[in-house]
Amino acid sequence: MTATQSFYHNSSPPGRTGIMSWLLTHDHKRLGIMYFGAVCFWFVLAMFLGLLLRTELMTQGRTIMGAEAYNATFTLHGVIMIFLFVIPGIPAIFGNFFLPIQLGTDDVFFPRLNLFSWYLFMFGGLFAIISLFVGDGFPDTGWTFYVPFSVQNSANVGLTVTAAFILGMSSMLTGLNFVTTFHRMRDKSMGLMQIPLFTWSLYATAWVQILATPVISITFILILLERFFSIGLFDPDKGGDPLLYQHLFWMYSHPAVYVMILPGMGVISEIIPVFSRKSIFGYKAIVWSSMAIAIAGSLVWAHHMFTSGMSDVSVFVFSLLTYLVAIPSAVKVFSWVSTLYKGSIEMTPPLLLSLIFIYLFSIGGLTGLVLGAAGTNIHVHDTQFVVAHFHFVMFGGTGFAFFAAMHFWWPKMFGVMYRFKPAYIGAVLTGVGFVFHYVPMLILGMQGMPRRYYDYLPQYETGNFLAGFGGYLLIIGMVTMFVNLLLSFKQRIPAPVDPWGGTTLEWTVPSPPPVHNFMNKPHVEDYPYDFTKVTERFQKTGK
Amino acid sequence: MENQDKQHVLSFTQLGMVLAILLVLTGVTVGVSYIDMGFFNIPIALAIACTKVTFVLLFFMHLKYEGRVINISFISTVLVLVILIGFTFWDVAYR
Repeated sequence: MTATQSFYHNSSPPGRTGIMSWLLTHDHKRLGIMYFGAVCFWFVLAMFLGLLLRTELMTQGRTIMGAEAYNATFTLHGVIMIFLFVIPGIPAIFGNFFLPIQLGTDDVFFPRLNLFSWYLFMFGGLFAIISLFVGDGFPDTGWTFYVPFSVQNSANVGLTVTAAFILGMSSMLTGLNFVTTFHRMRDKSMGLMQIPLFTWSLYATAWVQILATPVISITFILILLERFFSIGLFDPDKGGDPLLYQHLFWMYSHPAVYVMILPGMGVISEIIPVFSRKSIFGYKAIVWSSMAIAIAGSLVWAHHMFTSGMSDVSVFVFSLLTYLVAIPSAVKVFSWVSTLYKGSIEMTPPLLLSLIFIYLFSIGGLTGLVLGAAGTNIHVHDTQFVVAHFHFVMFGGTGFAFFAAMHFWWPKMFGVMYRFKPAYIGAVLTGVGFVFHYVPMLILGMQGMPRRYYDYLPQYETGNFLAGFGGYLLIIGMVTMFVNLLLSFKQRIPAPVDPWGGTTLEWTVPSPPPVHNFMNKPHVEDYPYDFTKVTERFQKTGK
Repeated sequence: MENQDKQHVLSFTQLGMVLAILLVLTGVTVGVSYIDMGFFNIPIALAIACTKVTFVLLFFMHLKYEGRVINISFISTVLVLVILIGFTFWDVAYR
């Protein structure tokens, strides 16, 4: 396989060259790369906004911005991170690139719809930017757009909500494409229990995307109708119910948490067995736990509303249901750890990042139980504890899984290897910075410091300063990781077909893959994580 | 692999009959709205609406002729809707 045969050198559909071969592409791999660029842009921007927030909070009173700018900044940080990075991140980039290859096919079922999804994603982002510069100021509602504030305030909430609506469409269509590809395009010899776990996690995620996203889309339309026509759906004076909005919002936004974390869990399920040189422990249990998380995760939305004034019966039922989600999540964590047990472990940057994931995600999960229990929830509701818990799951979980996926699949996507030492340094700095950043926030929350507050009492200053310090360490670590990966383009160390000793189909095709993925009909193994051949190869050749 | 390559084409007669049934049921909906049946007003209106929706799904949207995967997928969406609305009543009904 020569470099000129890769998908970078052949367009799909054929004959297109230059920028048009990207902007009009049907190739899932090119679209994955295009999402990569766009998502990373938003990630860097939102990260910068987050750093501004923590810098502001490092000292009491005004540090670098006023209270209104602070409100707008945390809104933008949340909206961009949620809708433009965490939700689309892993599915749109790595899902687009690897789902068809892992299924042994040449593209997704609807390639044009896939391109359309990318354009919707870009238009949604564009709308979000425009909303900053038109109307009466930056939106400052927080990413939750709670009524009545989002209906009554003069900031340009309408356009931001429209942006989120468009982004929801993009997410939904990607989910539709993945489900259809899963059922209709996978290699005929591949049974359900021969499908790699990353693809299974994308399948479970896609269902949540399809079923839950319409709810938030409709809810956003209701906000627009309220703003422009004052119908009174959420206004008690007109017979409406303000809690209705919170129900509708969390009906999507809690399952969306699983849209964010499930693909990350899929990534970890791929990486752990490869670097343990051992079949994954409990393959079927992991498959079913993905589906169970998708289902159970859709039944627990009202645990965000324990202090909102809803009925006690509801608090009891949703608290109970919330605990159900812990079971399949724990099944996954125990399966990963059991896979490592007595494995022939080879430490690499993707594995190190996966191990950090397990550690941070476990803390995120356990602090979730504190919030799931109605009694303790009331104590820490809307405090920094919630912010820290959420970031342990979303950043410690999905974020580190994203970094792990980048380091795992980088050689396959770009055909080049990166240096390990800077990757290790970056990963450790990011992990240590993360702990410094968020553990103080857990403690601040337990002590009673509310979330989204611009200023605080003197007793919270040390914790906030430490969190800010951790934030800078975190950023330095991430910059190290990203720069190291980018430098691989300069070093140009060619990546072999299977640099890690993987067993799934993407490790049988050239790095980077050809435009139609497979040169010959893919050979589907009876079991996707059988390392017998890999171990034999290592013993014979030493690589 | 669950490929469903066979196409099923409904005749104009069948489609016309379904259309006629839908129009009749629309008439029934309008008709019963003039009769006060107390508690049963809403259940009856909903029952007629559900019947109409079933006809549309089975024939116009071809669910009657689709395979297992499509049918399960569709039923899942209905179940989700039932759960979303139903679970809200844990709150609304007990306030």
